[in-house]
Amino acid sequence: MSEILSSLTEKFPDSITNTKVQRKTRIWVTVKIDVLIDVCEYLKNKQDFNHLSSVVGVDYKDRFEVVYHLWSYSKKRQLSLKVPLEKENPKVKTVTKIWRSANWHERETAELFGITFEEHPYPKHLLLADDFEGYPLRKDFKLVEKPWFDKNDASEKQKTD
Amino acid sequence: MMPLRKFEYEEIGEGRLVINLGPQHPSTHGVLRLIAELDGERVKKVLPIIGYLHRGFEKIAENRNYPMIVPLTDRLDYLSAMSNNMVYCQAIEELMNIKISERTEYIRVIVLELQRIASHLASVGFFGNDVGVTFTAMMYTFRERELIINLFETLSGARLTYNYIRIGGLREDLPKGFENNVLQSIDIIEKKVDEYEEFFSENEIFRRRTQGIGVLKLKDAINLGATGPVLRGSGLKSDVRVTDPYTIYDRFDWDIITEKKGDCFARYNIWINEIRQSISIVRQALNGLPKGEINVKIPRVIKPEPGEVYSKIESPRGELAMNVISDGTPKPYRLKIRSPAFCNLSLLPTISEEGLIADLIATLGSIDPVFGEVDR
Repeated sequence: MSEILSSLTEKFPDSITNTKVQRKTRIWVTVKIDVLIDVCEYLKNKQDFNHLSSVVGVDYKDRFEVVYHLWSYSKKRQLSLKVPLEKENPKVKTVTKIWRSANWHERETAELFGITFEEHPYPKHLLLADDFEGYPLRKDFKLVEKPWFDKNDASEKQKTD
Repeated sequence: MMPLRKFEYEEIGEGRLVINLGPQHPSTHGVLRLIAELDGERVKKVLPIIGYLHRGFEKIAENRNYPMIVPLTDRLDYLSAMSNNMVYCQAIEELMNIKISERTEYIRVIVLELQRIASHLASVGFFGNDVGVTFTAMMYTFRERELIINLFETLSGARLTYNYIRIGGLREDLPKGFENNVLQSIDIIEKKVDEYEEFFSENEIFRRRTQGIGVLKLKDAINLGATGPVLRGSGLKSDVRVTDPYTIYDRFDWDIITEKKGDCFARYNIWINEIRQSISIVRQALNGLPKGEINVKIPRVIKPEPGEVYSKIESPRGELAMNVISDGTPKPYRLKIRSPAFCNLSLLPTISEEGLIADLIATLGSIDPVFGEVDR
């Protein structure tokens, strides 16, 4: 695990801002957005991280974050790559050219968080209806319970009955 | 009635026919809509449209306390609710550094493997329906699946949504005589699995409908994020239970089943043989089942320290993972589910294009998506 980390920091000395070890098989690495594609290509081609497990979006108070969970079948190690994005107009380049499995994950993250994945091959809604407005997983999207029936409506109806 | 979602087809080739399957269709395993562009009987393009069962699980979870989320997870993959309970509880236990008791570890392995048997039996039955051994397969496998569901009913009182595995332990200890009932049931199932092989695997029609159909090459399988039986059917020896062990799977002696060809028959064969492996694991776990407490002491209000974990298990459909982020409040800040069926379904176009329309249905059956989990 430490070899992967040291080679990564050697290759991208100024762009790795934070690393964390969850346990023996899991590490977390934060990188700057401008080197994301380079880091991904390096990890896939040189370090054999050939399985993109999932793409996760997170809405923090001051930033958005996209996390790429990578797994290497040969090394049996997981590396989670975190990329902070700006709060206003968050966007990041797509990784579908590196891992094709990113396609649906990115579409899902895009529609639920309003994060733009640039150069995505099919940037359309996946889970939500086409005319859905808003980004449900952002923190400013509040869940409102819909009443089963409109109380005012019901009471008026009773009066007329 | 909800209107069908808009779909604009930019260009249709000369002499092509576009047909719509679903979202309500007997062959689509749930609310999946497929739009297929055909040239004669050959499929030129497939577009899966999902989201009809999207309930916003991840958003609901952000608004619930940690223990309140366990019963919600039952509704994800409703054919294997125990796996969902497990991955969630495991994530929270890792987040809070809870060490669970030995007896609980064993019971968890037993119920997880029984769940895998039940889920694979259902998969085989549905798949039989899809490829034309209609109802025979379903009747037979569901008869055996019933044994396991009855066992789970004695455990938790529910037949599908168990809510049995809890944070720090289990709902309650095994009922009296449970071990014996399990042994009897798996003895029956083991005999019946041989019978299925005779009925289906050696059936001429079944073989013709599945062999060489929906071939997924290993390179594509890895790049497209396939996991579970779909990946192992293409020949990679990978299983989270071995490659990234959780609970106590490293104590048992069993094999990862792989097939080389990557076609529908290979994926079906994985199910059949994995049932046998799971039976072996259940026997070993029952043998070593220790006595003792099942629940450990956990705080009355579950408030993990700020932090994040990525926890994963091998569900019957593949790598099921949860990424939980805590901010120190009693509710998770973010909870993401990586569902195997979602990822496996996304490679359907790759393996069904250029095949026949009838094979599209067989291919879909061999991927075996469960829509509670795909749409979440």
